[in-house]
Amino acid sequence: MLTLLFDGISYGMLLFVLAVGLAVTLGLMNFINLAHGAFAMAGGYAAVLLMNRAGWPFLATLPAAFVIAAVAGVVLERTLYRPMYARSHLDQVLFSIGLTFMAIAAVDWFLGSQQQNLQLPPWLQGRFDVAGVGIGKYRLFIIAVCAALTILLQWVLSRTRFGSRLRASVDDPRVAAGLGLDVNRIFALTFAVGSGLAGLGGALGAEILGLDPTFPLKFMMYFLIVVAVGGTTTITGPLLAALLLGIADVMGKYYVPKLGAFIVYVVMIVILTLRPQGLFGRSIAR
Amino acid sequence: MTPAGSSPSAAALSASARWRWWEFALLAAGLLSWLLLPGHALLLNEIAILALFALSLDLILGYAGIVSLGHSAYFGFGAYVAALFAKHVLPDPLLGMAAAILAATGLGFATSGLILRGSDLTRLMVTLGIALVLYELANRLDWLTGGADGLQGVVMGPLLGRFEFDLYGRTAYAYSLLVLLAALLFCRRLVHSPFGASLQALRDNPLRAASIGLSVRRRLVAIYSIAGGIAGAAGALVAQTAGFASLDVLDFHRSADVLLVLVIGGAGYLYGGIFGAIVFKLLHDAISVLTPQYWTFWLGLFLVVLVLVGRDRLVRPWTWWERRRT
Amino acid sequence: MSARREGVVPSTEAGDVVLETRGLSRRFGGITATDRVSLRVARGARHALIGPNGAGKTTLINLLTGVLVPSAGTILLEGEDITALAAHRRVARGLVRTFQINQLFAELTPVQSLALAVSARLGQSARWWRPLGLGTDRRVAEGCDRLLADFHLEDVMNRKVALLPYGKRRLLEIALAIACRPRVVLLDEPVAGVPEGERQQILETIDALPAETSVLLIEHDMDLVFNFARQVTVLVNGAIFAEGDAASIAADPRVRAVYLGEGHDGSPAQSRRDGARG
Repeated sequence: MLTLLFDGISYGMLLFVLAVGLAVTLGLMNFINLAHGAFAMAGGYAAVLLMNRAGWPFLATLPAAFVIAAVAGVVLERTLYRPMYARSHLDQVLFSIGLTFMAIAAVDWFLGSQQQNLQLPPWLQGRFDVAGVGIGKYRLFIIAVCAALTILLQWVLSRTRFGSRLRASVDDPRVAAGLGLDVNRIFALTFAVGSGLAGLGGALGAEILGLDPTFPLKFMMYFLIVVAVGGTTTITGPLLAALLLGIADVMGKYYVPKLGAFIVYVVMIVILTLRPQGLFGRSIAR
Repeated sequence: MTPAGSSPSAAALSASARWRWWEFALLAAGLLSWLLLPGHALLLNEIAILALFALSLDLILGYAGIVSLGHSAYFGFGAYVAALFAKHVLPDPLLGMAAAILAATGLGFATSGLILRGSDLTRLMVTLGIALVLYELANRLDWLTGGADGLQGVVMGPLLGRFEFDLYGRTAYAYSLLVLLAALLFCRRLVHSPFGASLQALRDNPLRAASIGLSVRRRLVAIYSIAGGIAGAAGALVAQTAGFASLDVLDFHRSADVLLVLVIGGAGYLYGGIFGAIVFKLLHDAISVLTPQYWTFWLGLFLVVLVLVGRDRLVRPWTWWERRRT
Repeated sequence: MSARREGVVPSTEAGDVVLETRGLSRRFGGITATDRVSLRVARGARHALIGPNGAGKTTLINLLTGVLVPSAGTILLEGEDITALAAHRRVARGLVRTFQINQLFAELTPVQSLALAVSARLGQSARWWRPLGLGTDRRVAEGCDRLLADFHLEDVMNRKVALLPYGKRRLLEIALAIACRPRVVLLDEPVAGVPEGERQQILETIDALPAETSVLLIEHDMDLVFNFARQVTVLVNGAIFAEGDAASIAADPRVRAVYLGEGHDGSPAQSRRDGARG
């Protein structure tokens, strides 16, 4: 049971890193980006390719995944996303679904539709046995990395000037712009970092979540759950939501395998119906 | 009836509710297509079904402003109910259709409470969630639905006791056309009524709609249920004309496709679903011939271009590089 | 229905109060937007609500109409407690408002919008079989005709609202409220930003409102206020600052100070002279 809890936590932390970029994007620009999963997929595939074809060590592929996804984010944001900020939510949804479809098909074309395998370095394989609880080394690694990232994010947000500018822009973009903040630049940077984090999450999660071209669609719902339930105004909201989701999913799949993901969806629907702004969020709608 | 000449308002309102020439032309085209294109009946049948599905989405998206990514839930539910009805109760298509519509309307009513509150994102998620839940349910209850293999052994009886469903699809197409026509006439009455106007009011400005005394909640519940029923009818058509129902009817791509169909044809004037379905299906078939595997890519590209350029400018290529007038 | 009084100038102290609040308050976190307001609007009143910017006038209207839920206090319409009543039900009871920023139906035409409002008033807004405004019952079409004429909207009646000029939109904004045949109408800055031609038209239609309709008017234009209103309530910082008939409010030195000498926070003229703020 504790092992399950542990697995759930690692899954949740992974989801958090994957989804935090989406939360900030939505909170900052009120932009529904359903293509967020595609950036995660890009990072995952980048890591796999670098390892399997270019022989890179695993640890080196992680920052590479971040950078590649971040660069993709910057390029797309400048070119395609910018004109979409003022458009209706329906347009944004259609647009980002279109991007996702293109990404999925492109990956399928170039790399095939089979699941990609990532060979973990030996020191990350296996598990520790601590007082009868099995703790997977890789899962521990994931928790460590994600926790470090979370702390870093929280620090940036609360201690740096950029962080306070970001928070101001999320709170009220019009006022922030009126105060002289370059909201567009803040957003471009944030989008890049968010996409980079998604890519990193994709690389980290390749082994656990399974990496194939349908990844963005399979996990889109989970990202959206994290964002909708966790709200978009804090870091801790999505973190808690992701942890809850991870634990619930792992426990659900183990104890009630017949129902599996079903429970998660139902719980999400219930939460959103009772509290449309999410468990931890202020009202998302503006 | 108020003589049109004596009241300018009545004259204006009756003018907007009057049948246009192109509506008649469209009906005639439908009839002619059945008569003159028997070899394409299967394709035309698919178009008619997709058009009906898109019509139901138009009610909630175009007229009530609800963004749904999970409309396949009601489509698929109707399909399964119709198939199960034919298999376990009676193979009569019309009774099965009635059962499917009733069931899908009920499902729409039951789930309507979930979309009443919240922003676009919340609604998107909730509707998506509903469709995913239903998909999972159909997957798990494989003793009932046949699971991933689909529901086998559905044999449809003849329509009205006389017209057998044949392999060429002529009966199927006629059937679908008639159902589509019935739905269209019903929806037409609906949108030109005070109820229809109140839907548009609450789409445009829910605050003001409440401020002139309209109950927003009740109307949303009503239209969502009706739209669910019509989507269920489309699903029933799929199951009945194919004699088969599988998890595919609940799949996300159905919801995405129908959304795109409506966006192509235009939401909010009732006929967008029909025009969109024609364009979509023809595009689909054309592209599938060229690159059979990668329809998804071209679909995605089309979506992106469509949105970036704007549907109204899509048909005027010289405007594509102009700045958008907001 | 109680007897209508005509030609009698009602006073807020008299018995026939049609809209009343008791200790109405609304807090947003640490800010008190409405501070224990006890307001009485008499039947047939021509009652103005004035106050500096940020005094909470629109918040009060939002509370009265049910757009906002009060933190404390009660609201009574015709003596009945409507504090918990949903916004759309208050309209059915005769409490209607207009908005400071036009709230219209962008894709509908004026004739459709007004026909809908009239249908709603007649309880026909849920009818789904008969076309809007048509049929053997001519009341919707006739009501619509009258409104279009009264509000000078006939020439634009078939144009989508999104394409109407501002002045016409403002006329429609008020026409929609009047279409509901309100017993009490709350007008939130009806002529704000309106060009001179339509301004006169709007003022005429407000003047032409039936004597038994009670009007609560939020306005900044003092000429309009003192031409129109018989009673005036002054709201400052969410609380009632002064109340009385128009003449006494106009002459009240405290009210003058609040308006003429106010700083951004409504502080009196004294500190402004001393502080020399921008």
